Amino acid sequence: MAKPIRVFIVDDHRLFLSGVRAELGSTFEIVGEAYDVDEAIARVRATEPDVTLIDVHMPGGGGAAVVEAVRRTNPDLCFLALSMSDAAEDVIAVIRAGARGYVTKTIAGRDLAEAIRRVHGGDAVFSPRLAGFVLDAFAESKPQILDPELDRLTTREREVLRLIARGYAYKEVARELHLSVKTVETHVSAVLRKLQLSNRYELTRWATERRIV
Amino acid sequence: MQAKRARHAAHAGRWALFERSRADRWVAGVAGGLGERLDIDPVVIRLAFVVLAGAGGFGLFLYVLLWLVSAEPRPAPTRTEANVRVTGSVQKTVAAGLVVLGMLLLLRAAGLWFGDALVWPVALAAFGSAVMWTRSDEAGRARWGRLFAGISRTRGDRDDVQRVSIGRLLLGGVLIAAGMAAFFATNHAASSSTALGAIRNVAVAVVVTLSGLALILGPWVARLAREAAEERRERIRIQEREEVAAHLHDSVLQTLALMQRTSDPAEMSALARRQERELRTWLYRTTDADPSGLLSTAIDRVAERVELAHHIRVETVVVGDCPVDQNLQAVVDACGEAATNAAKHSGADEVSIYVEVEPDAITAFVRDKGKGFDPETVPQDRRGIADSIRGRMQRYGGTATIVSEPGAGTEVQLRVPREDG
Repeated sequence: MAKPIRVFIVDDHRLFLSGVRAELGSTFEIVGEAYDVDEAIARVRATEPDVTLIDVHMPGGGGAAVVEAVRRTNPDLCFLALSMSDAAEDVIAVIRAGARGYVTKTIAGRDLAEAIRRVHGGDAVFSPRLAGFVLDAFAESKPQILDPELDRLTTREREVLRLIARGYAYKEVARELHLSVKTVETHVSAVLRKLQLSNRYELTRWATERRIV
Repeated sequence: MQAKRARHAAHAGRWALFERSRADRWVAGVAGGLGERLDIDPVVIRLAFVVLAGAGGFGLFLYVLLWLVSAEPRPAPTRTEANVRVTGSVQKTVAAGLVVLGMLLLLRAAGLWFGDALVWPVALAAFGSAVMWTRSDEAGRARWGRLFAGISRTRGDRDDVQRVSIGRLLLGGVLIAAGMAAFFATNHAASSSTALGAIRNVAVAVVVTLSGLALILGPWVARLAREAAEERRERIRIQEREEVAAHLHDSVLQTLALMQRTSDPAEMSALARRQERELRTWLYRTTDADPSGLLSTAIDRVAERVELAHHIRVETVVVGDCPVDQNLQAVVDACGEAATNAAKHSGADEVSIYVEVEPDAITAFVRDKGKGFDPETVPQDRRGIADSIRGRMQRYGGTATIVSEPGAGTEVQLRVPREDG
């Protein structure tokens, strides 16, 4: 790699933040850190990092607020949600605000580095848990299909997500389904798009509940 | 949402004169907000609006006008802070009274007037209640309320407030009484001495006396009610806090203590994982359903058991959820067995369990990225476990497939039809 990827980290837990910095510092250029929503919005806008790691749970609106605000002025900036939280509505809210992926904080350092590279390359990053949430949200049995293009997953997309939920890496998914890695990435990106644009009842409900909180 | 709030704030800074109050509102929070902005007790502002309403409805017009030039309230950071912030000074309150008086005279001169017989008594009574009910002295509203409720405990505090307040109470009462008397005097003179007039006089007297009493006692009653509500809220808050504290004590603190006594890093990490899982379940539990009988809970328990016994990470993903019946219990047990197997033999540091509830069947996958094996040349100990998993599934009409390859990990695939499906 000619130039290291410029990474910005947003987390209100400083201890965790310094841990991530130590882990990523040798691979990436850490260009900044922020500990709360307002600071993050201002500094990410000013720094324009390649990838921003964003904590889902933060006082003052959480990661979703940061992603939404920054992407309104800088739509090209990339976000990867990183969280302890497993409440589906929180995770879905950040993705719907514009983050390109979600991984749990327990992720191994090398996997996190890989996820950052992937997001930077324009792909989506689905952890097994996020894949599970999405399969749940887009379950076939649930009604409320308004826009078949956006409200439903194709059989292929469903297969890909299932394998990811089972713990398969993209490469392994590709081998299992006899596809190229590129095709798997395309499917995952398509799912991300649906997740962000669909008006499915469950997704709207999650977003709404998040707002009330 | 957050962004929307931010926009409102910017909006307020640009051209709105002040922000309406959210915590302190009777109608739309205009008086509360204005009081906060001018540092005057909102009670004074409210009375001013009432008095000015007597001048041909000017007060109502003013209220609407001020509402238009004020901004939506920002959510108060904390309720108590909003209460404490408004203090006000005697000078400002008197100034506000004089401004209202001046406006009254102006409006009277302009002919915007409901008549001397109505407006002056009302103004007098309003002035009286302002004297009685504002908290522009150091003794704040809270202390007033406590005094009247008779629960003030500190004697010095009490004496101080009492001295100030009895004087005010008397002055305010006299002023309100004077307002009522003025009303009677002017109206009595105006009404005729017929029987109908007499009845009307009695009715008017009753109404005026009642409103006088309401002026004297009303704010006090309202305050008592508000305090009662606040007290209840506080009680609920304390109760919740105690519940959280009790839970944290029994779980997180115990685990932390346990971790301090452990020297084995693997053990420590297993303890941390178990605590994390437990805390997560507690934080995000759905209150409307008992989670203990659900598939996701059962799978989590199995994962926890394997993690503790073998010091390995077990990731679980459950899609769809349903109560555990006999068939499902078989799947759960088989998952546990497969995960244990992976923990013992694969050499991987993580096992993934994925369970999906389909309309007619349950499928489960237990996967590790460990060393794997060639199913054709299975060592005897692994075959035994594989057979036991298979046997278990077959008893419930399901299937178990084991896919493995040296160097590429192992996956146990389970499928059982649903009983009710």
